[in-house]
Amino acid sequence: MIMPEIDQEKCDGCGLCVSVCWQHCLVLVDDVVVLVDKIDCDWCTQCEAVCATGAINCPFEIVFG
Amino acid sequence: MVSKLELLKSTPYFSGLSSTELESISKLVFEKSYERGEMLLLEGETAEALYFVASGAVKVFKTSAEGKEQILTIIRPGETFNEVPIFNGDLNPASAQAMVPVLLYGIRKNGLEVILRKYPQVALNVIKVMANRLRHLVSLVEDLSFRRVIGRVARILLENAGDGAAPRPRLTQCDIAAMAGTAREVVSRSLKTLEEDGVIRVDRHRIIITNRDVLKKMVEPSFETKVTDI
Repeated sequence: MIMPEIDQEKCDGCGLCVSVCWQHCLVLVDDVVVLVDKIDCDWCTQCEAVCATGAINCPFEIVFG
Repeated sequence: MVSKLELLKSTPYFSGLSSTELESISKLVFEKSYERGEMLLLEGETAEALYFVASGAVKVFKTSAEGKEQILTIIRPGETFNEVPIFNGDLNPASAQAMVPVLLYGIRKNGLEVILRKYPQVALNVIKVMANRLRHLVSLVEDLSFRRVIGRVARILLENAGDGAAPRPRLTQCDIAAMAGTAREVVSRSLKTLEEDGVIRVDRHRIIITNRDVLKKMVEPSFETKVTDI
């Protein structure tokens, strides 16, 4: 299953993404963000939007219908 | 993944050359690998070589004094980049970054000079490629100067959509914003507007273009007078 991509080296542990994720898919472990509940991620991209360091990316695949 | 010789054969620069000639050229070609996110080139540094992408995808971009990124193009397998500073002896006009793990084949400046002197057909092919590149950049200037953001986003979606035949690099809203010369938030609004209008459907990590004709019309300059502000 395609999931948001996390660059833990860029993560500064601010926790904003954890707060903004309404599906509770993210958690801070040792001050870096980790995906914990992969099934419920609905790709709202809010974690990407709030991240100041670009540590989380939610890339889209663009296709013709 | 294609071999070095197969890649050279399929590259527009070496169109019309025989297998023997390509074999000779391949001796001047070196390989280089990069991990996702790794910088291949930095804007303003001395250019070392012209590169062909064997596998992966490379983002070519410029960065403003305020740190804002403007993506110029995405280089995909079989395509080339960094030839401009190699040909005119100047510094890298842009930076390049691996969007996914990348394998490059490169030709250094002195090697390229040998090739151009020995095979005039290559010089003619280079002129054609440069002319197409110039056309793309003129279109980009037109986009940035005259079109509303939603038209730019429409163009980017059309240019980067796959039909299932070959995998295309996935783009974040930040990537699309950088390509469109706007902010991520504006791209987000554009995508919502396009979805509300039934032109696209966002299905989790997929943007599905459901009405290609309407999206194409949004790219046209005449669309400017009909659309209301996003």
